[in-house]
Amino acid sequence: MRFSFLGEMSGEQRRVFLKKNNYQLTAKSDKLMALSLRKMIKDNIKKVLVLGSGALKIGEAGEFDYSGSQALKAMKEEGIYTVLINPNIATVQTSKGIADQIYFLPVTPYFVEQVILKEKPDGILLAFGGQTALNCGIQLFNAGLLKKYNLQVLGTPIETIIKTEDREIFANELRGIDVKTPQSFAVESIPEALKAAEKLGFPIIVRAAFTLGGQGSGFCSNMAELEKLAENALSYSSQILVEESLKGWKEVEYEVVRDAYDNCITVCNMENFDPLGIHTGESIVIAPSQTLTNSEYHKLRSLAIKIIRHFGVVGECNVQYALDPNSEDYRVIEVNARLSRSSALASKATGYPLAFVAAKLGLGYALHELKNAVTKTTTACFEPALDYVVCKIPRWDLNKFEGVTKEIGSSMKSVGEVMAVGRNFEEAVQKGLRMIGQGMHGFVGNVHSKFDDVDRELTHPTDMRIFSIAQAFEKGYSIDKIHDLTKIDKWFLSKLEHITKLKWDLQKYNNLQELPDTLLKAAKVYGFSDFQLARFVLKPERTDMESELLEVRKHRKAKGIVPVVKQIDTLAAEYPAQTNYVYLTYSGDENDITYADDNQSVIVLGSGAYRIGSSVEFDWCSVNALNAVNKEGLRSVMINYNPETVSTDYDVCDRLYFDELSFERVLDIIDLESPRGVIVSVGGQIPQNLSMRLHKADVKVLGTSPESIDRAENRQTFSAMLDELKIDQPRWNELTSKEAINDFIDEVGFPVLIRPSYVLSGAAMNVVSNKDELGHFLDLAAQVSKQYPVVVSEFIQEAKEIEFDGVAKNGDIIIDAISEHVEFAGVHSGDATLVFPPQKLYFETIRRIRKIAAKIAKSLNITGPFNMQLLAKDNDIKVIECNLRASRSFPFVSKVMDFNFIETATQAMLDVPIPNNLPSMFELEHIGIKASQFSFSRLSKADPVLGVDMSSTGEVGCIGADYYDAILKAMLSVGYRIPKSAILISSGPIRSKVELLKSAKMLEEKGHKLYGTRGTAKFLEENGVTIESVGWPDEDVEVTAHNLIKERKVDLVINIPKNLSKSELNNDYLIRRTAIDLNIPLITNARLASAFIYSFCKKSIEDLGIDSFSDYVDKKQDW
Amino acid sequence: MSGETKAKLILQDGSEYIGTSFGYQESISGEMVFNTAMTGYPESLTDPSYRGQILVSTFPLIGNYGVPGTLQEDDLFRFYESEKIQVSAFIVSDYTEEFSHWNASLSLGDWMKQHKIPGIYGVDTRALTKKLREQGSMLAKIVFEGKEPEWKDPNLENLVAQVSTPEKIVYGNGKHKVVLLDCGVKNNIIRCLLKRDTTVIRVPHDYDFTKEEYDGLFISNGPGDPKQNTKAIANLKTVFGQDTPIMGICLGTQLMALAAGADTYKLKYGHRSHNQPVVLKGSKRCFITSQNHGYAINMDTLPKEWEPLFVNANDGTCEGLKHTSKPFFASQFHPEASSGPTDTEFLFDDFIKMMEDHKVKR
Repeated sequence: MRFSFLGEMSGEQRRVFLKKNNYQLTAKSDKLMALSLRKMIKDNIKKVLVLGSGALKIGEAGEFDYSGSQALKAMKEEGIYTVLINPNIATVQTSKGIADQIYFLPVTPYFVEQVILKEKPDGILLAFGGQTALNCGIQLFNAGLLKKYNLQVLGTPIETIIKTEDREIFANELRGIDVKTPQSFAVESIPEALKAAEKLGFPIIVRAAFTLGGQGSGFCSNMAELEKLAENALSYSSQILVEESLKGWKEVEYEVVRDAYDNCITVCNMENFDPLGIHTGESIVIAPSQTLTNSEYHKLRSLAIKIIRHFGVVGECNVQYALDPNSEDYRVIEVNARLSRSSALASKATGYPLAFVAAKLGLGYALHELKNAVTKTTTACFEPALDYVVCKIPRWDLNKFEGVTKEIGSSMKSVGEVMAVGRNFEEAVQKGLRMIGQGMHGFVGNVHSKFDDVDRELTHPTDMRIFSIAQAFEKGYSIDKIHDLTKIDKWFLSKLEHITKLKWDLQKYNNLQELPDTLLKAAKVYGFSDFQLARFVLKPERTDMESELLEVRKHRKAKGIVPVVKQIDTLAAEYPAQTNYVYLTYSGDENDITYADDNQSVIVLGSGAYRIGSSVEFDWCSVNALNAVNKEGLRSVMINYNPETVSTDYDVCDRLYFDELSFERVLDIIDLESPRGVIVSVGGQIPQNLSMRLHKADVKVLGTSPESIDRAENRQTFSAMLDELKIDQPRWNELTSKEAINDFIDEVGFPVLIRPSYVLSGAAMNVVSNKDELGHFLDLAAQVSKQYPVVVSEFIQEAKEIEFDGVAKNGDIIIDAISEHVEFAGVHSGDATLVFPPQKLYFETIRRIRKIAAKIAKSLNITGPFNMQLLAKDNDIKVIECNLRASRSFPFVSKVMDFNFIETATQAMLDVPIPNNLPSMFELEHIGIKASQFSFSRLSKADPVLGVDMSSTGEVGCIGADYYDAILKAMLSVGYRIPKSAILISSGPIRSKVELLKSAKMLEEKGHKLYGTRGTAKFLEENGVTIESVGWPDEDVEVTAHNLIKERKVDLVINIPKNLSKSELNNDYLIRRTAIDLNIPLITNARLASAFIYSFCKKSIEDLGIDSFSDYVDKKQDW
Repeated sequence: MSGETKAKLILQDGSEYIGTSFGYQESISGEMVFNTAMTGYPESLTDPSYRGQILVSTFPLIGNYGVPGTLQEDDLFRFYESEKIQVSAFIVSDYTEEFSHWNASLSLGDWMKQHKIPGIYGVDTRALTKKLREQGSMLAKIVFEGKEPEWKDPNLENLVAQVSTPEKIVYGNGKHKVVLLDCGVKNNIIRCLLKRDTTVIRVPHDYDFTKEEYDGLFISNGPGDPKQNTKAIANLKTVFGQDTPIMGICLGTQLMALAAGADTYKLKYGHRSHNQPVVLKGSKRCFITSQNHGYAINMDTLPKEWEPLFVNANDGTCEGLKHTSKPFFASQFHPEASSGPTDTEFLFDDFIKMMEDHKVKR
């Protein structure tokens, strides 16, 4: 039976109902609503399919792990059987016990249909997996598959989603209800775009429809710019929008919730610090709005409700506005009829679990039938009242990319974000700037943020914009002048000026005894850290100020100037709340929490902002450590500040401190909690870096001793230990002059890996293959001196790289997992493709790796998780790194083995019994592949090539019955498509030419047309492959590689860089970049290319096993 | 840091807090209440229902967008809810003097100085709120150096008399003639009526409207204990015998309940916020409302010809009344909003419709 949320209504009644925007008491329209809706859903929906968002990418990060996990929890609570499709193996939602069945498969219509055929669900949830899930849902609908399989979309109807996604329909719909949108024209070609621009006048903004995070969008001020941008945008989407520019307007967002009975609330509004023109994902955001009057706030709020009612959203929706800074004029910029990054932020900002509530509303509940998750006594039908502000700040990692522009604008480039809570803006923003984790100490007091041209920095915002404002104040700029240059509201600027003035006041003193208590207290109230205070008052010359900041700490504690704990309770203390969701502030006299002081709490330090190299995997580790602490009957306490995570969901622990992971703040919390101990080994490098400092401050660090951690982290001591243990390592040296570098290279030979300690521009690490490259790199990119030594290591070519993940207790290894890279060493382990269990390692190699691991574990007396990276060549094994903490691959190996490494590690650290009968990786009957997701398409101009520094933003992990099955699933999951027609190959050095020969033959046999750049074509032809030779991009010939891509004549590009160093803009770069810009799959590693080609030549998509996680791991061993 | 004046906040329970002055420097006493709204301080401060009260804002950042000017529209201040600041004092956590808004004409502090209203910041307003929540609304005083005032309980005074119009005023020239009993009416109630084609005849709180000719009677909001308004209650009893539509808001609702024979009581700490959910009885509809009241109707005491129209989804208190057969209804919350959400403004439409239906019947 088919039914609709609007139940017994006829189509006409439904139309009338949706058109109605003002409910009238006398109109009794809810009589028309099926009051039995809830029952109908209860009777008909027993099994639902949930689509995840796949790998983390720019614009779609861990927030969807949070929203999906919440939705699954909501379904579980209702007794509904859940089937999840998400290849992101590092997520919490793909852990056992959250969904009933998990498929690590690509979120594409083909695979979803296969799962539907197998599982036969009754309903589907599309709103919890970001744009990926939504787009897949629309494709399923358009292909008639939802109807074919009688699949009810729970929550917002698919027709609504389509209306909000198609910009022209969307604008027309809003016009129909008298809601203003920017004047715009939807066009499908460049000439049409130019015509539209003539009508609008410049400046204008171009947007691509159906993309995430503003991909392909930008501002243009003339026809030439428009032509270029339109061409790019049209490559992402067949339809683009040419719109009036509202640069300088305020940008404000509302998160709106509606149930099937037309009850609506707005859970939170947020105001961007940066005016319109900067993508909301690139802007500092404050919640709630600060510069809007009641009239403006409620005007936009009522409009949001009018819109959500008109479209008939059931669940959650976000509405973005532009608001004129000089009147109440407004435009609706965007409506997202799904959970979003903003909704995750709003959930964390308010304590209102939007995704959970949205999922319940999809099941036919009325809003007021649900409880407020924080108070547990009041209703969920309310609008949170905040008695604090939150400040969200994006985290960029643009330094990791070669060639990328640092200017920020209308498309998103940030890879993560932080949220800071405070009781004034100054406190929140200073906390937030520290949380970003790029060495900043707050708004002021940063020595590394100096700009030559402040005016340009202010008018052409980059990722460093806010620090240029600090410098402008230092230079004596007025608020008005900065406002003229930036259009940032003067309210924000006056608060930043206030911070600067406090800094000047502090600098008038030279010791703590002179410093008035009132000024000290004021500085703490407005967010100054002990470090900043030490720098401004004590003025030490060194950058290491450990003793000074401890002196400040001691001084203020003696004066009774300590932070207080306040609850985030959704109702501003109006009702009592048993909430465990708290933050620290200096704006207050009393704590909301009474501490038990019973030695029963264990603090887990989280991983901070998502960034390249630290992402959802450490969130998984943190959450699992918390679970393990809970299982032992202890109180789990989390400290973290990343709103896009599950670990900052107050449901996962006994107490959540949404606060800084700074030494100062962690000590503050330890002073309050008096914990049994602190876990520093599950949150990546941030907590790891605190371990020794905490240890010195007499804090009990659980697990491996901080002294051992320090021994492993320090290159010299670790190397000495390896020598002592007779464990081989690549030869290396720390050198302070160019001569010494040359001498060392003479000894070990090229290529070498170079790691400067001070970098001027470009990547921090590089491989150089000859003297020219070396000279070039050292001249351009690095300084060499006594102060800034350079580490040079021997680089072993064609070596296998191996990951070892293990858990030990008191120096004995309890369990381990060994994975091998598909790529040879030289590709960062975070970018490499991992195979687990290893398929192509000698048994001898594995045995020796285990021996090495055992020696190291013993020597460092490891208790807890640890990870090693090794090189193997011809059974020669060298250790390249050892981390005494959980690694990126822990969730992957834990899931493939179906054994929770983190739980065991936590048991080891808590010194509680560990179960026997541990599994072994040799017994696995399936293979896991972890593949990396890159976001180069978001990073305009960045060279999409892999190297020794990490550049991927996310990963997937797929399981298959055999190697090819798993590889193909994984590659399809990170966005590769099996080519249907032609392939362009430029195969680089002779070694990779040979590597690719067999693949090329297979492609030919499969009937693919091959194009090759000259050398490649010649080589392959000589070896019997039919291939058409084409010119390099800069050659003046009829057919060039560049043209082929531009004309979309190929649907896979393989471009292997000629050498190991990241090179300047050249032919190869053009080929790679054009492929990325036109969204044509690109592979730049010969080993990976071979693996992919073998896989799709040996297997077609229909051959891939549609098996769930439990199909693999719960299979009876029947030999 | 220099040039700041400190003031002491003393509560009835003896606790003391120190804050920094940002308004007029004069010691005062009153009843301390809290409001959890995040916007709308100019509207709240001029709301006559706050007469005699020291208002604590739980939202910590206040003053950001300054205060709008004194533009008049329909003989009413466009941006205020009455002609002056009504609260006795304002307590906030973090105050902004350097406001920023196109529509602002002066800072909140300067405005309060003009109106001789004290304000202090730098106080742990969350701690104050928790105290009020646990111990109930209590008396408080703000003390500037040297001058400590006597304790003053505003609920013992006739607050309505202090805020009601002294004389009859007529607004607009619309087709429906509405008599508005002013017990401390907010300007936006008048605005909401005027934009619906009405003539509003605003009369004093103790005015005998029973002899007036009108299409509808409106009983306004106002401060204090409803039982003090004996004249208004007596007059309402009289018109309940007729069939002309009556609508009440807030205090007006309580007066209608008392006139119907029901009882009212003082809430521990009241509802003062923009986020109170109310459920329309017998439906799945729940509305977010703006509220400001310290007293409530005891639903158990309602006579049988009256029934609850709305109830609070959080604490189950009465949020509105409806006569079972006559066109009389009332809401405890503020459908006119200002400040707060405007989701229930449809109640004014229903009032108009009742008047139209009544005219047809007549």
